Amino acid sequence: MELDLPFIWAGLIATAVLIYVLLDGFDLGVGILFPLIRGERNRDLAMNTVAPVWDGNETWLILGGGGLFAVFPLAYGVVMSALYAPITAMLLALIFRGVAFEFRWRTRRGKFLWDWAFFGGSIMAAFAQGIALGALVQGIEVADRVYAGGYWDWLTPFSLMTGVALVIGYALLGAGWLILKTEDAVQIMARNIAWLLGPLFLMMMGLVSLITPFLEPVYFERWFNGPTAIFSFIVPFLVLVAAWHLFTGLNDLDDARPFLATASMFILAFIGLGLSFYPYIVPPSITIWDAAGPDISLGFLLVGTAVLLPLILGYTAYAYWVFRGKVKAGEGYH
Amino acid sequence: MFGFEALDLARFQFAFTVIFHIVFPAFSIGLASYLAVLNGLHLITGREAYMRVFNYWKTIFAVGFGMGVVSGIVMSYQFGTNWAVFSDKTGPVLGPMLGYEVLSAFFLEAGFLGVMLFGRERVGPKLHFLATAMVALGTFFSAFWILSVNSWMQTPAGYTLNEAGQFVPENWLEVIFNPSFPYRLVHMLLASYLTTALVVGAVGAWHVLRDRSNDSARLMLSMSVWMLLFTAPLQILAGDAHGLNTLEHQPAKVAAMEGHYEGHPEGGAPLILFGIPDDEAETVHYAVEIPYLSSLILTHDLTSPLKGLKDFPKEDRPPAEIVFWSFRVMVALGFAMLFLGLWGTWARMRGRLYDSPLLHKAQILMGPAGFVSVVAGWITTEVGRQPFTVYGLLRTAESASPIDTPAVASSLIAFVVVYFAVFGAGTFYMLRLMGKAPECASDDDIEGPLVGLAPTTPVTGHVPAGE
Repeated sequence: MELDLPFIWAGLIATAVLIYVLLDGFDLGVGILFPLIRGERNRDLAMNTVAPVWDGNETWLILGGGGLFAVFPLAYGVVMSALYAPITAMLLALIFRGVAFEFRWRTRRGKFLWDWAFFGGSIMAAFAQGIALGALVQGIEVADRVYAGGYWDWLTPFSLMTGVALVIGYALLGAGWLILKTEDAVQIMARNIAWLLGPLFLMMMGLVSLITPFLEPVYFERWFNGPTAIFSFIVPFLVLVAAWHLFTGLNDLDDARPFLATASMFILAFIGLGLSFYPYIVPPSITIWDAAGPDISLGFLLVGTAVLLPLILGYTAYAYWVFRGKVKAGEGYH
Repeated sequence: MFGFEALDLARFQFAFTVIFHIVFPAFSIGLASYLAVLNGLHLITGREAYMRVFNYWKTIFAVGFGMGVVSGIVMSYQFGTNWAVFSDKTGPVLGPMLGYEVLSAFFLEAGFLGVMLFGRERVGPKLHFLATAMVALGTFFSAFWILSVNSWMQTPAGYTLNEAGQFVPENWLEVIFNPSFPYRLVHMLLASYLTTALVVGAVGAWHVLRDRSNDSARLMLSMSVWMLLFTAPLQILAGDAHGLNTLEHQPAKVAAMEGHYEGHPEGGAPLILFGIPDDEAETVHYAVEIPYLSSLILTHDLTSPLKGLKDFPKEDRPPAEIVFWSFRVMVALGFAMLFLGLWGTWARMRGRLYDSPLLHKAQILMGPAGFVSVVAGWITTEVGRQPFTVYGLLRTAESASPIDTPAVASSLIAFVVVYFAVFGAGTFYMLRLMGKAPECASDDDIEGPLVGLAPTTPVTGHVPAGE
């Protein structure tokens, strides 16, 4: 039997991107909420909830980029050229927030600077990712295997909206994470802000979902005609279930439920996106089969992935388990 | 016209970001192994000094590693942003190898880094050692794959071309173990170990100069001298073997390194020690030559023919003006390292390893030499590959993205500003950490009355910050 390697890989890369969004989502979210956390001790505490794991979280982004290069080189080249500005902005932002984890412990006078770098980098990275997503959903112009649009094509009201939506979403995920990992002042702040961010995120999700089907005829078909239209009921219904868990979780002062509910909302949004996109990787012209490299490349990497990915998931889970439970003040090596 | 300018800027941007990037991995590959060795020695011998030195370098490692990660993310996306055509064409070959680097190396490093930095109390000494070893192993895997990728661009093998103009792998073993890969891997790993040994030695020497009783500083100094003694000669042998390999596969690069515009069909090429190569005039001005020596070094005999740059069409030649000099800087520093290792060993044999201020000052002076020679070496091999991205097959000019000049220019400016600000600050913090004296054994084995005055103020003159 012939394996449909591009299809398998599309699934794997989508999974890697989803894992990235969930993991780096909460640690970018902690960064976005950073100015709201008052007092140096509390900030140290919030940072230490993500310090041991942020690096691993961002590795999923490298896997997304590297995987795209490996498996869908055409899409990689086209998307990176088309989204040149937001991708560059994201990379620069990630530099600022990434180094802040170490730098802010290395200086007393300059600490506030790196606090700002952590916040600014986090919110900028989230915003740029959201814009990139919106620009991709809108469609990218391609001619003769290269990007054919202009430098500013990525900038539209829709992409700005997805940018804002993702910032709100990550902040909510970050709030959920802080509720899970901290106590007292930080946890109370996170609960309060989640009450505000939750409804905002739902609103933005709804808005984006309503506009998306009208951007491309393919999306419209998918959501309103044919057998897949059933998802137009299922996905929003499940989002509402997740939202119910979020708000009751907040109300019951539950530690884990707000985070899990927000993560579920992200997963559902991602599924919705996948439903719109399939079988395109660069809508509206390049499908996953057009973009795929030769089978010998896809097969070679698949063998390694089949062995290594379970190992990675295993020791990543182990690392999270080592640092399980509430983070206490004064922990860490700094 | 405009396309050409965008190309120059894109090249400059890649060179700039990759030079900044390579400095951090070169250090962290060596330092990760050093940390694993220290942790392991502590586990076996129980000697506290090993753990103190481990903790000292662990913090510095964390700062450097963070900068390596964020500058590395930039690299993984820059192929696509600035070099989309290159990505499309080489993706089927290079992509899976980079994929393996992410899967086998980056996750391993990142997954265990947290445990290594924060988790000793939580997991105990044995698992903590294991985590440290995994981080070191990750840096090794990373070097393995990225050098395989780079070597393939220098000496492509095991591929065919398809109708879309893409390189398609035919035989993965030939792709991965392409002709220059083993040489380049060994050369780079040794370079990383040397770089780290020089930094550790400089820091050890700095603090021994200030307080010769500090046993942690003495341990650093001593280990560094051992490492130099064994690694520096090995590196010179490896470099020589790498050069022979380059001569076989990329003769134009070697001709540029040597400054040979004229070919020497009967051998007997002189070694041009110094001079000013001029690609326009196709000659080396003010050349200081040693007869026959170049042939002797390159071919190990006097009569084998050697090609000069004039034997290649002008549009296929690398710029000798750069390569000639970067190569000399690397080689000179390599011999300086050998000398330093021998000097240190001589001092050790006389029992004066910790009482030779001149040696210690030389060690401090040589602290950054590893970085300089790593960068010089990379400039030599990468500029020497020009004007191709895939040697002989894909021209740099045909690899770039269809991005307009203003876009590339503005992103370039942004990268330059951010890199200097952020990595400048990071380097400053690392130096400040290195300026802080390592903790030493408290009372028993310390001689002299000045113990209580052991310096704890950092060399920069600033108040110690952080914890």
